[in-house]
Amino acid sequence: MTALRALTLAEGRLYLRDAGTAFFALAFPTVLLVLMAFALPGMRDPIEDLPGFAGLRPIDLYAPVAVAMAIATTSLTTFPAVFGTYREKGVLRRLSTTPLPASRLLVAQVSINIAALVVAVAAALTAASFAFEVAAPSQPGVVLVAFLLGAAHMTALGCVLAAVVPTASSANGLGMLLYFPMLFLAGVWTPGPLMPAGLSEVAAYLPLGAAAQAMSEGWFGDGLPITPMLAMVGWTVLLIPVAARLFRWR
Amino acid sequence: MPSPAAPVIAQVEHLAKSYGGVPAVTDVSLELRRGEILGVLGPNGAGKTTTVECLTGLRARDAGRVEVLGLDPARDGAALRQRVGCQLQESELPAKLRAGEALDLYGSFYDHPADGRELAARLGLGGHLNTPYAGLSGGQKQRLSIALALVGNPEVAVLDELTTGLDPQARRDTWDLIEQVRDDGVTIVLVTHFMDEAERLCDRVVLIDQGEVVATDTPAGLVASVQGGQVLRLRLTTTTPRRALDEALQAVDGLTELRVVPPQLGPETSPTVVTPEDDVVLRGERGMVGPALLALARAGLEPVDVAAERMTLEDAFVTLTGRAASATSPSHQEA
Repeated sequence: MTALRALTLAEGRLYLRDAGTAFFALAFPTVLLVLMAFALPGMRDPIEDLPGFAGLRPIDLYAPVAVAMAIATTSLTTFPAVFGTYREKGVLRRLSTTPLPASRLLVAQVSINIAALVVAVAAALTAASFAFEVAAPSQPGVVLVAFLLGAAHMTALGCVLAAVVPTASSANGLGMLLYFPMLFLAGVWTPGPLMPAGLSEVAAYLPLGAAAQAMSEGWFGDGLPITPMLAMVGWTVLLIPVAARLFRWR
Repeated sequence: MPSPAAPVIAQVEHLAKSYGGVPAVTDVSLELRRGEILGVLGPNGAGKTTTVECLTGLRARDAGRVEVLGLDPARDGAALRQRVGCQLQESELPAKLRAGEALDLYGSFYDHPADGRELAARLGLGGHLNTPYAGLSGGQKQRLSIALALVGNPEVAVLDELTTGLDPQARRDTWDLIEQVRDDGVTIVLVTHFMDEAERLCDRVVLIDQGEVVATDTPAGLVASVQGGQVLRLRLTTTTPRRALDEALQAVDGLTELRVVPPQLGPETSPTVVTPEDDVVLRGERGMVGPALLALARAGLEPVDVAAERMTLEDAFVTLTGRAASATSPSHQEA
């Protein structure tokens, strides 16, 4: 068995054994969408006064935002925390004595977290379409590409955290410090067209904000969201070498 | 023990390494011969761990030459780590990783791994393969650590502070295990600050203090090289000025060193007086015991709790470095 395969299997098993984290990462987007749809008043009433969005409901506008949130949750909280714990406990120090290159562990963890993300998002959208028939994307291909780019650039950001955080608690602290401003940029409080125009223009270039906008365009619009997609490519290309350069075994 | 003619398989010459301007190792040179257990000894912070980290390529050295199994650790780190197993301090495993899974996983990192199950059975872990790391006892964790250092079938195993934190029985079991591993043909670098451990296990020892090699010899040779093999420990019944003690003993032939060691716990004592709680330690030649006791009695000082001992590696260490290597090792506490 190759080292990468063995490592991915072992880390995957550990991921699932950590029931709390696994449940949170896998079920969070579903719980979020369903709760919002049924707990908040007016979420399922059709919009009338917004040109271009007539007939949709607020909860529909939240679908791409919830996907963006799922991306952020995995890449900024669960993923770097594993490395913080491993560094704190000397798990990385022990690995550094073996011939295994550090990149293998990053690849194994990225694979596991992206797999978990895909499962979580698929579960959330399936639940949402059964529970309240969430609007289907007008351009599914654009949404898919935007989702993958979103996962890529946010995981790259997570890798930068993972490369340096010395402890689990510092991983959580730093993760949260980035998480909330990014949720704001993604439009968790001002979904889709409700975001002020000035903020929306800036957010199109920033991590997670770009993902939310590109997915929203693919979901409800008919154009190709070139700017946010290029921004996400740019962040990915920029952050992966930074993470590789900063990576510390201890 | 390997013959002195055993080939040298690792060489360190004038190694230096500092961290942010603070020197950890200033001048370390040593040789490792095939089949031996080489002890790297020294007090905490002496530079032992830094030395072995540079030896295995885990740290980049600042200066000096290092060659291990014909490779330069700084350049051929990955190739070297295929052939050198390491057990370092402060390295845990994920809490929920089971012992057997850890062995399989670490085995997968190497080109020619050992049979993990067989290794576990030999190390007495056969019944714990399904136990998560967090559920293992201290001794079991340490044995798993050794197993992971050996799972790549290494030619050299570096074992750092192996028995720190183990109870006396687990320590002795670990010692037996290390001898077994050596008998299987693995050359061992044993980093320790326990002198009794080094005396029991090592074929040769390298004594490091403040980043420099102070001495290199067999444990017995090291003890013999230090002047005077006799140690006399005693206490006084009454508080006595230090000067009075010095004067009483100054004419004793063969006495080379007089130290007053205050109790480790308890109030700070003045260096100018010797209290009944202080240990008075005399070192010197074999013939100094009688005259020293007589001289004390003649000066009206009554020695009690008298113990005369042969010098141990620990004593040699103190004489060579002027400092204690460790507070007390667990086996001493037990004794």
